[in-house]
Amino acid sequence: MIIARFLGPRVWLLVAVLLAAAVLIPLSNLWLPADHPLHVPSHIVPLLGKYVCYALLALALDLVWGHVGILSLGHGAFFALGGYAMGMYLMRQIGPRGVYGNPVLPDFMVFLNWGELPWFWHGFDQFWFAALMVVLVPGLLAFVFGWFAFRSRVTGVYLSIITQALTYALLLAFFRNDMGFGGNNGLTDFKDILGFPIQAGTTRAALFAASCVALALGVLLVGAVTRSKLGSLMTAVRDAESRTRFIGWRPEYVKLFAFTVSAVMAGIAGALYVPQVGIINPGEFAPVNSIEVVVWAAIGGRGTILGPVVGALLVASSKSYFTAVAPDYWLFVLGGLFVFVTLFLPRGIVGTIDHGWKGWRERLKASRAAERGTGAPPAAPPQSPSALPSPAE
Amino acid sequence: MMQQPIEPGQPEPFVSPHPYATQRALERRAREAAGGARRETLLYLDGVTKSFDGFKAINKLSLVLQKGEMRAIIGPNGAGKTTMMDIITGKTKPDSGEVFFRGDVDLTRHDEASIASLGIGRKFQKPTVFESLDVEENLRLSLAGSRSVFSALRHKRTTEEAAKIDEILATTRLSDKRHRLAADLSHGQKQWLEIGMLLAQDPELLLVDEPVAGMTDAETAETARLLREIAQTRSVVVVEHDMHFVRELGVKVTCLHEGSVLSEGTLDHVSADPRVVEVYLGR
Repeated sequence: MIIARFLGPRVWLLVAVLLAAAVLIPLSNLWLPADHPLHVPSHIVPLLGKYVCYALLALALDLVWGHVGILSLGHGAFFALGGYAMGMYLMRQIGPRGVYGNPVLPDFMVFLNWGELPWFWHGFDQFWFAALMVVLVPGLLAFVFGWFAFRSRVTGVYLSIITQALTYALLLAFFRNDMGFGGNNGLTDFKDILGFPIQAGTTRAALFAASCVALALGVLLVGAVTRSKLGSLMTAVRDAESRTRFIGWRPEYVKLFAFTVSAVMAGIAGALYVPQVGIINPGEFAPVNSIEVVVWAAIGGRGTILGPVVGALLVASSKSYFTAVAPDYWLFVLGGLFVFVTLFLPRGIVGTIDHGWKGWRERLKASRAAERGTGAPPAAPPQSPSALPSPAE
Repeated sequence: MMQQPIEPGQPEPFVSPHPYATQRALERRAREAAGGARRETLLYLDGVTKSFDGFKAINKLSLVLQKGEMRAIIGPNGAGKTTMMDIITGKTKPDSGEVFFRGDVDLTRHDEASIASLGIGRKFQKPTVFESLDVEENLRLSLAGSRSVFSALRHKRTTEEAAKIDEILATTRLSDKRHRLAADLSHGQKQWLEIGMLLAQDPELLLVDEPVAGMTDAETAETARLLREIAQTRSVVVVEHDMHFVRELGVKVTCLHEGSVLSEGTLDHVSADPRVVEVYLGR
């Protein structure tokens, strides 16, 4: 009960919905007959799983943007790094089943005439090591990047530009064959994960469920952090950074904490994304991807926890729809949606609903108070405005 | 050259110290003597100079504040009042000169956050509060205590904390606004909240920049009362343009002009000073 009150009903509702989806959608896919109205077709499950990964990425971005006010235009980089770490594990799992049949070297290395495995590919045949790297690589990069950027007090648009430059630099680096990550083609042709065939319906269902659980944990984490005193401090840094400094806090550490945690969440999202889409290539580092994440959070409503999740699910699914129906128009739709939300719903969908709800409740209270005021006997002495009950009480 | 052995009976040769050594010893003694006097002060600025692109915002400024003292600083625009605050709070590093707190803490070696933790609170000219947080949360973040990110994450509310917040809310007359968002407060209330946030830090020295700018007369009188109340237990430096307000405070006044002290004393003394009159009324 205390925990329920601590995190607020909305966070728990979202977690409950996610956990229900994690159970019900795989069940419906695997057990219901194909002609049942509630059956979820097999090609939809990984698609939904992909959206859930996007939602986790949007939630991660919102932790730094919505709550601390750092507009990162490079969160796709952390997502892609997590994805690459998982991709390397999946490549090593292929073993001798590759086109060239080399038991150790992935196909692209054989193709490039590499004699042996580069040092940074060692260990990725173990799942635990890959899982560690999924967390460590994006986390460490964010920590080092944030350490220099925040301590040098780089803020605002300058910070956004260098995050964009970061992801662009990684894009160029990963395009190179010499980097040892498959160059332009990236990593693909995965066979199995933890011994289970990656194409199998059960594996897909399990990956979808895992993504939902990861998102639920992310929601709980962000909920707990933002409800703590640190959460207030994050808001304080966002609103008046210099004030926090003059009362003795070090905003650079608050930002560093949020940025690192957020990068780790983005890395996990990327790691769950890769086995479901079956490929990771340098395109994931493209700056436009990172900007799309910002659009998701903005449309859903930043700083609301629910908002980025809703925004990502909504925009990503409409992207699937529009790119199938009218592929040439998708970018116009996305741009139009962003302009519309910025102009007419600056708080995003969830933020606007919240604000409207709060305003409506306050008006209701005020009108009730006014009714009580007029209902008083006219003989009563005139009261000074300050003596009237305040509507907030 | 070989050293001659000292023969018995002969006096030991007197080695005269190098002239620089003598000079240095004298300088050191003078420094120590100055340090002794300095040790009694709360804030000690000596020969502080700071220029921006050749413009000397602060020019050989020297100012001493005793423990428990309240001081009003006046001066025309551009006299260097805000730059002085910036130097004391670590926002700006001086080009030269000494800035000491509590006698021997060299403030030029600290940054804003550690100066705040040393016990210097600062109120900005424009009220700066955390608008998306409520009044209580604004104060909670300002309360003295650990400033580490992880302790903030694990923080649990305590009754002492609540008692302190109650006390500050009562002092700043904001008790009934406790759960209001800071953004919804009036201008004057934001100013008081900011002063309350300084009090929550429990500082030894408060620097208050133009606290009554934009306030109504009633709010101004209330602010004067609040500052006098605070000054009973802490040292306060108030920068202000409003002469009525300065008169109401009734404390020693320092007039700055072009980055250095023009005149110092009671308000009557300072306002009778012909140089001050000249600066204020123009040449």
